[in-house]
Amino acid sequence: MANLGLPRPDMPGPQPVAPTKVTSVSARESPLLHASSGEVSDRVFHSAMTACGLAVLGILVLIVYQLMHRSSLSWHAFGFKFFAGSDWNPVSQQFGALPFIYGTLVSSLVALILAVPLAVGVAVFTTEMCPKALRGPLSFFVELLAAIPSVIYGVWAIFVLVPLLSGYVQPVLADTLGWTGLFDGPKYGVGMLAAGIILAIMIIPIISSITREVLMVVPQNQREGVLALGATRWEMIRIGVLRNARAGIVGGIILGLGRALGETMAVTMVIGNNPQIVKSLFAPGYTMASVLANEFSEATGDLYLSSLIEIGLALFFVTIIVNALAQLLVWTVTRGQPARGNA
Amino acid sequence: MPETNVSAAPPSMPPISWRRRVTDRVMTAAAVGTVVLVLAPLVAIFGYLLYKGVQSLNWDFLTSIPKPEGEAGGGMANGIVGSMMILAVASLIGVPLGIGAGVYLAEYGRNRLGDAVRFTADVLNGVPSIVIGIVAFSIVVLAQGHFSGLAGGVALAIMMVPTISRTTEEMLLLVPQALREAAYGLGIPRWRTTLSITLRTATSGVLTGVMLAFARVAGETAPLLFTALGNEFWSGRLPWDSHGHRQPWTLGLNQPTAALPLQIFKYATSPYDDLHRQAWAGALVLIVLIVTAVAAVRFAVRRSTFGAS
Repeated sequence: MANLGLPRPDMPGPQPVAPTKVTSVSARESPLLHASSGEVSDRVFHSAMTACGLAVLGILVLIVYQLMHRSSLSWHAFGFKFFAGSDWNPVSQQFGALPFIYGTLVSSLVALILAVPLAVGVAVFTTEMCPKALRGPLSFFVELLAAIPSVIYGVWAIFVLVPLLSGYVQPVLADTLGWTGLFDGPKYGVGMLAAGIILAIMIIPIISSITREVLMVVPQNQREGVLALGATRWEMIRIGVLRNARAGIVGGIILGLGRALGETMAVTMVIGNNPQIVKSLFAPGYTMASVLANEFSEATGDLYLSSLIEIGLALFFVTIIVNALAQLLVWTVTRGQPARGNA
Repeated sequence: MPETNVSAAPPSMPPISWRRRVTDRVMTAAAVGTVVLVLAPLVAIFGYLLYKGVQSLNWDFLTSIPKPEGEAGGGMANGIVGSMMILAVASLIGVPLGIGAGVYLAEYGRNRLGDAVRFTADVLNGVPSIVIGIVAFSIVVLAQGHFSGLAGGVALAIMMVPTISRTTEEMLLLVPQALREAAYGLGIPRWRTTLSITLRTATSGVLTGVMLAFARVAGETAPLLFTALGNEFWSGRLPWDSHGHRQPWTLGLNQPTAALPLQIFKYATSPYDDLHRQAWAGALVLIVLIVTAVAAVRFAVRRSTFGAS
């Protein structure tokens, strides 16, 4: 405000010539208007923030570039056979990733089979059944499961879950369901089953919280409508709620799958780390993430390292695709449109 | 919903059949059962953690470094300090970058580029941490020629950025547009408005996001396996040796650095009972450190925002 009167040193008393004076006054007004707006610092700030935003893109590009660049050696050596071969032998320089892919898929599948009913059940209970006062604490406790570091799950699994499995659960399973071939062989405790169970515990929070979110956006009149037709509460949930939220729940499940595929430490600690393809869930296995965890820092030779990085690349692409799919499904329910930010 | 009443059906309706009534009860019981089944591991994990952890925790564990293999005793002091150093590096890189990206998304990101950044951040959130470890390995460890705590910090920073940027964006968008307009109306430049009005109003939300990201990476083990690698000894050196003589000091960030989660992993998978005991103690310390850090910041934020208003 103070500089309003400043830049006018040569103002004459009477007005001699009108037109030139007018233009010169209007020319002076624009610096006055911008005087305090800090155009330069604004532009600097804008560029700095944009640079931070671009850094996020840069990180992704960096990840893709590094993984592809560093795995090219193994890609040239094995091609697609890398994903079909089941021989993993650093000594003879033979690398096939099939047992790891199998282990990742099977352990994640076991986890999903165990986690989905539980997670959806918890979400249904918290949104549709439980007293309002219990809702907050309950979701807090379930989400607390997500805050526990993976390595602590691993410690607990090694010292509590594995002995429990080998001592009590596996004998029962072998006696009752042994004929399926899924539950026989030596009962070590460690193996595919233990990995699946610990993964299930770890992915329940994410599936459950997304399902809860999706159930909450189901319009209240859907529930009221079904109830008005004389449905019981369960029928209301099944017809009015779950059916409407299907796509979102599937999205949550796929997001959980994404977590399970990439989970490393807890699985590494209980899966047994043996690259083999065996039908029985009691048998030890190996996953893509855990072979990286175990062998990466000790990999000798360029081809060995390159093969491990190619496993990382495959894991990266699979989880990206799975996650993108899940996001899309969740958005269709919670926003009514597949892509965010269209507005 | 709890407030709806099943028995309130008008009398003109046909009575609900026995089979449907039983199904309803069974499914309700099943839902309660799932809650019990889900909370059971939670209780079991925390119970064992407290029981085993407190049993094995002692002063020695917190103040000394690991003993040679097979020897009883020793502790994880170097791991605790190492973890803090790695996390400090990660926060120094990741927090400003993440908040900056969040500010960009909220204030300048209503366009194609913003959408791309938003989508990328969501994608990065789902990338397995071990893959991030590979990337930090290739850009820092291979460049330096050796494993280092710095590389571990970079890996964790990369993991912090997407979470922080998305929560920051969300929190900034909650700030009413009228506040920004009022600031512009007073002639305050845009950058000043963003920093002193918008970000300041959203401080507690932004910091909550930062703490969530921090808590998430604080327990991460996988990305440290082949970046920080771990260390049986101190990676840094104090300005004084044990006799009180001055010596050149170093933080040791360029050295392989011990980290609490790495030592827990190593000890839990080792064959020695004493190390198993220490793994439990380490797990307890790790959880306590994470919870304390988060609670401390929450507390500080709550006080400062109350003080400001």
